[in-house]
Order: sequence, then structure tokens, then C-alpha cells
Amino acid sequence: MNKDKISIWQSLDWVTVLFYVSLMALGWISVCGASYDYDAGGSIFDFASRSGKQLMWIATALILAVVVLSIDEHIIESLSYIFYIGMMAVLLVTPFLAHDTKGSLSWIDVGGGFKLQPAEFAKFATALCVAKLIDGYKMNLSKWPQLLMAATVFIIPMGLIVMQKETGSALVYTAFFLMCYREGMSGSVLFAGVAAVTYFVVGARYAEVPFWGGQQTMTGQFMVLSLIHVFTSLLLWVYGEIRSDFFRLFFSGLLVIVCAMLFSRYVMPFNASWIVLLVLAADIVYLTLLSFKDQILRYFYIALFALISTGFYYSVDYVLSDVLMPHQQTRVKVLLGLEDDPRGAGYNVIQAQIAIGSGGLRGKGFLRGTQTKLKYVPEQDTDFIFCTVGEEEGFLGCCAVLLLFLALILRLIVLAEHQYYTFGRVYGYCVLSIFLFHLFINVGMVLGLTPVIGIPLPFFSYGGSSLWGFTLLLFIFLRMDAGRRRSQHK
Amino acid sequence: MSEEKNFDFERRKWVLAAVTVGIVAVYMCRLLYLQLMSEDFRAQADSNAFYHRVQYPARGAIRDRKGQLLVYNQPAYDIMVVMNEQMGVDTLSMCRDLGIDKEWYIKRMAEIKDPRRNPGYSRYTQQLFMSQLSVEEFSGFREKLFHYPGFYVQKRAIRQYERPIGAHILGDVGEVGPKDIESDTYYRMGDYIGKLGVERQYEKQLRGVKGEEILLRDARGRIKGHYQGGKFDRQPVPGKNLTLSIDADLQALGERLMEGKKGSIVAIEPKTGEILCMVSSPTYDPRIMVGRQRGKNNMLLSQDVNKPLLNRAIMGMYPPGSTFKTSQALTFLQEGIISPSTAYPCSRGFHFHGLTVGCHAHGAPLPLEPAIATSCNAFFCWGLYNMFGNRHKYSSVQDAMTRWKDYMVSMGFGYALGVDLPGEKRGMIPNAAFYDKAYRGAWSGLTIISISIGQGEVTLTPLQIANLGATIANRGWFITPHVVKHIQDEPLDSLYRTRRYTMVDRRYYDYVVEGMRRAVTGGTCRSAETSDYEVCGKTGTAQNPHGRDHSAFMGFAPKDDPKIAICVYVENGEWGATYGVPIGALMMEQYINGRLSASSEERAQSFQARHIIKQTEDE
Repeated sequence: MNKDKISIWQSLDWVTVLFYVSLMALGWISVCGASYDYDAGGSIFDFASRSGKQLMWIATALILAVVVLSIDEHIIESLSYIFYIGMMAVLLVTPFLAHDTKGSLSWIDVGGGFKLQPAEFAKFATALCVAKLIDGYKMNLSKWPQLLMAATVFIIPMGLIVMQKETGSALVYTAFFLMCYREGMSGSVLFAGVAAVTYFVVGARYAEVPFWGGQQTMTGQFMVLSLIHVFTSLLLWVYGEIRSDFFRLFFSGLLVIVCAMLFSRYVMPFNASWIVLLVLAADIVYLTLLSFKDQILRYFYIALFALISTGFYYSVDYVLSDVLMPHQQTRVKVLLGLEDDPRGAGYNVIQAQIAIGSGGLRGKGFLRGTQTKLKYVPEQDTDFIFCTVGEEEGFLGCCAVLLLFLALILRLIVLAEHQYYTFGRVYGYCVLSIFLFHLFINVGMVLGLTPVIGIPLPFFSYGGSSLWGFTLLLFIFLRMDAGRRRSQHK
Repeated sequence: MSEEKNFDFERRKWVLAAVTVGIVAVYMCRLLYLQLMSEDFRAQADSNAFYHRVQYPARGAIRDRKGQLLVYNQPAYDIMVVMNEQMGVDTLSMCRDLGIDKEWYIKRMAEIKDPRRNPGYSRYTQQLFMSQLSVEEFSGFREKLFHYPGFYVQKRAIRQYERPIGAHILGDVGEVGPKDIESDTYYRMGDYIGKLGVERQYEKQLRGVKGEEILLRDARGRIKGHYQGGKFDRQPVPGKNLTLSIDADLQALGERLMEGKKGSIVAIEPKTGEILCMVSSPTYDPRIMVGRQRGKNNMLLSQDVNKPLLNRAIMGMYPPGSTFKTSQALTFLQEGIISPSTAYPCSRGFHFHGLTVGCHAHGAPLPLEPAIATSCNAFFCWGLYNMFGNRHKYSSVQDAMTRWKDYMVSMGFGYALGVDLPGEKRGMIPNAAFYDKAYRGAWSGLTIISISIGQGEVTLTPLQIANLGATIANRGWFITPHVVKHIQDEPLDSLYRTRRYTMVDRRYYDYVVEGMRRAVTGGTCRSAETSDYEVCGKTGTAQNPHGRDHSAFMGFAPKDDPKIAICVYVENGEWGATYGVPIGALMMEQYINGRLSASSEERAQSFQARHIIKQTEDE
């Protein structure tokens, strides 16, 4: 038993730590840029300023990391359920203790002028709990009851956080489905989920936007129906027996859709969505016939997918536009981040894109960005921090940040797969899934590609709670990984 | 802890890795598009953030030829309001302090908020509430400014005039109009520009160059300091000072003498072409065209039937009458139509083929010099008749006419002289084509005989008549008359430094000068005679089909080494000797002696009191 002779520092994965420290350093530079006040001027190290405070958060986060690394991973594992139950209790009481902060009830005053957001710390507890559950019961997530049981663990905090009016933070927990997929959940569930969200978001967001110049065709309807055709064709590609079936279905449909678009644009404007609907009907008939002809049930399921997708889109559309009252519609859209717009249509997103676009290849230079510092961009040092990177560091800086995140996530996949125990692997996948979700939504929202959902960019956005939360999440995993390496040395 | 590793789904790590790579790749493509392929984001960001605040330079001062200050700047105050901050102001008390009524206040506030009338409106920035308050108007308000949150004061400058003279020369300054903004990108809404006179003509020199501060403006329109510490700010360049050639005392006397009369006095220093005075009557006090009352006063003046805004010295086109005879004598001499000793008969006028041009009683026949001295009409009619009928010299009457016109143009008639004031008229010198059209080709010297005595189609501006005097004083050349003598740090346009010679030789001028001298010593201009210096002059009594004849005088003094050439033109003043000569004499005395003698001052006062314009009395 010379396990303890091998120092934790030797078995730690320093590559990940390097990514972590690099991201935090770049994040601090961005916070300096975003929070710099022309009026006050002042030092970026001043503790009264946001950049000074962030420096303090970073220092404490590093201390926290060291503390986590010095705790035996088995102790952490054994405390998984306790952490979870404790955190859920905290989440439950938070709305009652919290003061209203911009409509959110998620911040608890801890004295000394500091506030903590428990939702940020619920992530690691939930991840530990799910990992422990799956490991402990040797769950197979390809089976529905077990999947539901595991899902309950992260659906509970979701619900609690929604009650704090922090929908964005709640949505983060859907990232756990990525881990579920790795652990055996059917790919079609993930696919169906992604497809449904895509239909809903695209359909709702572009419902009223005219498509390609014409007034008859609405972008939302046209795009969603076209997407259903593409998804249906892709399913045929993956599950079909003969490639030529795919080519026939996909390209003939595509040809008709493109012709309808051109005709509507150049000859006579009409609602091209009807033609896409016809294409879908043809898809369904073709696939049904195919399933009878070749006696393959899978084709029938694909036809069913197309049918259900179309039905889903129209029923959501009907509920949104006809059943709900206008103020309820607005509420749903705000909930989805589709309408978070104090100054009218798309102001925030447009200003964010101006900020990023104005950076060019090399950016304007440190502390030289105007869009972010003069508050044209909302939440410029928290949720929209990536704008500062774009404006001051340019395309090169943005790519560097994205590549660092990519490297971190890929590294975490490698580390997770190296774990001998299900517990470590599941936890690792939870961690990387959460990072991936934050990256996807946060950067996508700033670039105008995903809905505006207010969640921070890990290690970049200003704030102690999120930085501590992400540090805990990551370093618990690094501690497990270090433990694994030490046991290998035995 | 479970011991085995679940390999069943391990290949799914590739899917997750691919999804991650895919997201990053899509985002990098999006960044490529936003940052490298879209051009206008940078401009949009700059227009968001940069507020270019103009810094107005001080407008150049204007002095007279002796250095006396005429026009300078005086501080004025614009009252600004920030709508977002002006809550809870005691409106009634403020209206009282500013001397406005409540209705005006309410109307003005509504105007400020109206996006159509005020396109750049923002609740968070200063908006113009009242403009150009004078120090007196403002002083009461200043003390109480702290009572009125949201109200601010911005200092600007308005023009101030030292003496109430020279309105037509000096011109004024007003807000730029849409046309000025369109034609010159220098101007922005709310800028000032010279509207008339020197202020307009020398706008580019007087205005200086606006400076600019590049300030940072946040999303709510608030100013957050200088961009890069003011590295790109530009300081304003002050306008250049002007020294006029005008003698303020002479100008003041001229305006006094012309009181209650319509007409003009123009005096020129012959050697330099510098305009010593340019009186246009009726005139107005330039001080009323300043600040807030400018619009109202400008309207009143423009509606006045006597047209006080018209600068008659350069815009009034008058028949020159007998003053024009000097130019005819010079032409006939140069063309060899007459010699200095040629005498023409006059029996109370020119009678020929049933045509009569009347003349007054004098000895006859007369040679040139006494003809000028007595202003004999017949002499010049004969001269023109002989010139236009001379088929040895000219192939046709058109040919002769063209030759005649060339002489006139060389003396500065028929075209604008090029004085440095806006709106100069060219007068009228007819040419052959004009008469061919008017008389369908059937005309001769006789048809147009009245042009020889400065009547008929011929018209000149008082400036052109004065310039004729200067040309004769110089014996054959003139420098384009101008009112600006010196521009700070800048040479005068070469036009105002170059001699322009007429087509007449110097020797012929001596005869005309002698004639003009004899007019003063024993002819029509006797009242201009003085023992101090030798005056030369020529009267003019221009027939006026619309009313009483115009009284004109053209002269210069001293005869040798002339210091001043002058034209006096008094509308409906009857004989040249009635108004023109005595006024001209007083002006010469003032300029040459530097003051009027006691008896002259008495005479000046009596002329000042003699009004021709029927005033809308009781006012």
C-alpha cells in the first residue's frame, strides 16, 4: 500500500489544469475589458472594480481546487447522496430567502455584500448523485424505467430552479441527456429530443419572418417542414437497406422544394410551405409502400417519424398562436429566451453581433472595445462576455477561446473513457456535457444562432458562484482521475 | 464500486466528440462571416459609440482702415434641457426669470420631444431650449439656475457692432439654411454663416475651422469621456481678422447726409481701388440683426417698401446721366472722332432730322473742355452721331456700336466689376445685337443718341460711376474696387492688386480732367470749390420716367495726386448740383481734411435734415 507515496500532484492531469487556468486567465482579461469604466478609469486590479473582484474569485477558486484535490475521492463519492439531498433542500428554500434580482429569485445574500447562487452548486451534486445511482444499481439506460429513474435525479433540480425563475440555468440540466446517451439511452430519444426542440425553437422564433423576400411564405413554417424532410431522409440513410432509396427520396424532395422556392420568388409569390407539405406527404407514402414491399418495419417507423414531426409542429403552432392568450405567448417566448428584448426586435442580439463584427481579424485591442464598455451590449461582463473577446481580441482571439474549450471537452472525453469505474465515467460525462451545453448556448446566443438563454460562459463570465461551481465540477472529476492513476501505479 | 468497464456504448464517445467539433466548427464559420466578411459592423459600432462634439472657433473681428473696431464677438447663452432630469421644475418661476410665457414653454417642450422636428432627440442628452440669450437677458436666470435641475447653459458667441453704420458692407450672420448645408459639407444644422456683405463674402476667412472632440457615448446617450484620451481631438482654428478699406468716420458722415433719401455714396481711393465708404440709403442699424430678434427684424426690413436691405451702391442700376459724358469724350478722342479743339454747335440742344435732345443755355459752339464743364448735351450727341455714322472707320453702325461697347467695358461698365461683396449687379451697356433685336436691324446713331448723355438703355451702379471717377483720377487705369484692405495672415486676391487699363490713352484723360476741373471752377459744380485742394467733378441729372430726376455727382480730389474719387447718387434729388455736388464736397472735405469745418458741419446738418422719402410719418 504505497498509494499515498505517490503525490496527488504527480497523478493530477496537468493538461486539463492548463486548459482550465488558460481559460480563466483569458476570462479575466475579458472581464477587465467589459467592466472597464471610462468615467472612473482606475486600476483593473482595484478590488472595488469588477475586474479586481473577479481576480479575487479566481484566487479563491484556485484555493477551492486545491482543497477539493486534497479530499479523498472515496469520501466525495460516499457523500454523493448527502450532497444531492442537501443541495435540493437549499434549492427548495432559495426562492423564499432570495431577494428579487432582476426578476430572478436565485441569489442568496451571504453577508459582506456577497451573494451566492445555489443553482450553480447543484450541478456537481446532481452529477455525483446520477453517477452514484447509475453505478450503484448497475443501470442500463437503454431500458426505459431505468432511464426515467436516472432522469428524475436531474429533473428535480430543473423544476426547483424554474421555481426560482432561472429558466436558463434549469435548461442546463437537459445536458445530462448527453451523458445518458453515452450510457446507453437510445440515440433515437436524443434525436427526437433534439428534433423537437429544433422544430419548436425555429418554428416559434421565425413564425412571423417572411422568407426570402416573399410575403406569403413564413420562414418558420418553411424551414421546419424542410427540416422534417431532411431528418426523414437522414433516418433512411442510417437505417435503410439500400442507399439508392435515400438518394431517390432526398434529392427528388429537395428538387421540388428548391423549384417551389424559385417559383415563389421569381414567377409568382405563393406560400411555398404547401409544396414542402406535399413533399412530406409523398415521403410518408413512399416509405409506407417501401415497408410493405420489402417487409421492413423500420421504414414504417421512419414514415411515422415524419408524420409525428409534422403533427408536432402544427399542434405546437396551434397552441402557441391560437390557444394561448397574447400575454401567455409572450411569457412562453420570454421563457425560451425568444423575447428578451427591452428595446424592441432583436436589439440585444444585433448589438452583440455589431460588437463581435467590429472586432475584425485582430480586434481593437485590450480595453479599446467601445460596444461593450459603453453598455450597448447587455450583460456585457456576464452572459455576453464573448462579445468582449470578439471586439477586443478579434477573430483570432475568438478562435483561440473556442479551440481551448474544444480541447478541454475532448480531453475530458478521453479522461472519462479512461475511468475504470462507471461512477467516474458517468460523472466525467456529466461534467463535459454541462460545459458543452454552456458553450453551445452561450456562444451561440452571442453569435445570433441560438435563443437568448441567460447562462454564463464557463470560466469567462464575471461572478464567483459560477466560477466556484464550475471549479468544483471540474476538480472533483480531476480528483477521481488522479485517484484512478494512483491505483494504476499500485 | 463496480469493477468492470462498460464497453458496449464506447463508440458513442465519437458521436459526442463529433458533435463538439461540429459546434465549434459552425461557430468559427459564423465568426469568420461576422468578423472578416461583413464590412459595416465596424462603422455601426463607431456610430454607436463616438459622439463628435463640435468646438466652435471665434469668428474673426472686423476693423476699419484706421484700425477702429467695427464688429466683434460677444458671449451669448443657449439654454439647454435634459428631459430626463428636468422633473419638478417650478415652471412659472422659470418662465418669469426667462421672460417667456407658459404657453411658449409648453409649446417649446412639445417641439423638443417631437421626433419630426427634432430628429436627434434623446431624453438623456442636452436639447436646445432657448438660443442666443444676451448677457442681460441671461443674468437673472443665471443666479437661479440651481433651482432648475436639468437645465444647462451653453456658451456661444453672437456678433456685436461697435457703431450703427455700414450694415450693407458688414452684412450679418445667421443660421445656415438647407442650401448652404447641401453645397458645403463644412456646415451642420445650427451652424452660423455670413448672410450678407463682408460676412458672407469672407465667410471662409472669418469663420475659422471648427474643432472636434471625439467623445464616447454610452447606450443611453451619456458622455463617458474622450476617445483615447483625446488623441484624435482637433482644436478649433480661430477665424481671421479683417481690416476694411472703409473709413468709419467717412461712412458715418455719408450715412448722416443720406438720411431720409434714397441713393448711394461710394468713395474710392484711386491709387489702390480701396473703397473708402459705401453708403446705401435707406440703411438700418446692423445691431438689430443679431441674436433672437434677427428673424423678426429681417422680415420687417424685407417688407419695407423703401427696400433698406438692398445695397444700392452695387445693386442699384441707375442711368448715369451726364457723369457718363466723360467716358464718351474719352472714347471719341481715342477713336479720333473729335480732337480736343473740335467744337459742336448747341442751340439749346441737339436738333437733327426732327430729333431734339434739349440742353440748357450756354455759349455755343463749344469745344470739349467747356462742354464738359457746362455739361452740354448737344456736344456729346454730335460726337456719338459722328462716330456711329463714320463709314470710313466702321463698316456699319453695328461695327461702330461694338467698338463703342468695347470702350465702355474697358472702363468697367456692363459687367460686374468684381467687388468683394455678394450680389453686385452688372449694369447695362447695350451692344449691337441688343439694338438689332429691339429695332429689327433698322437703327442708326440717331436712334440711340441718348446713350451718349448717359440716358436710354445705359445703366450703371454707383460703384461703377465712382470707379469711373477713380479711372479719370488715375488717368487711364483702375484697380478693381474692394472693401477689404487686409486679411490676417493671408494676401489679398491678386484681382485687388492689379491695374486694369482702359482702351484710352493717358494723354486724352488730361483734357477730361481739365473739363472736370473747369466744371468746379466755373461750371456745374461750383459749390464744390474749396481753397484747400483742387476738386474735379461732373454733375449728372438723370431723367427719370417714374418721377423726379435723380441727382448725381462724380468727382475726385485733389486734381493732381488724387486721394479720393466719389460718386453721389440721390434718387429724385433733381439737379446734380442740388444734392450730388454739395454732398460730394462734404465727403471729400471729411476724408482729405479728416474733419469738417464748422461751416461745413452746419451744412452737413442741414443736408441731414432734408428728407426726400415720404416717411410713413407719425412714427
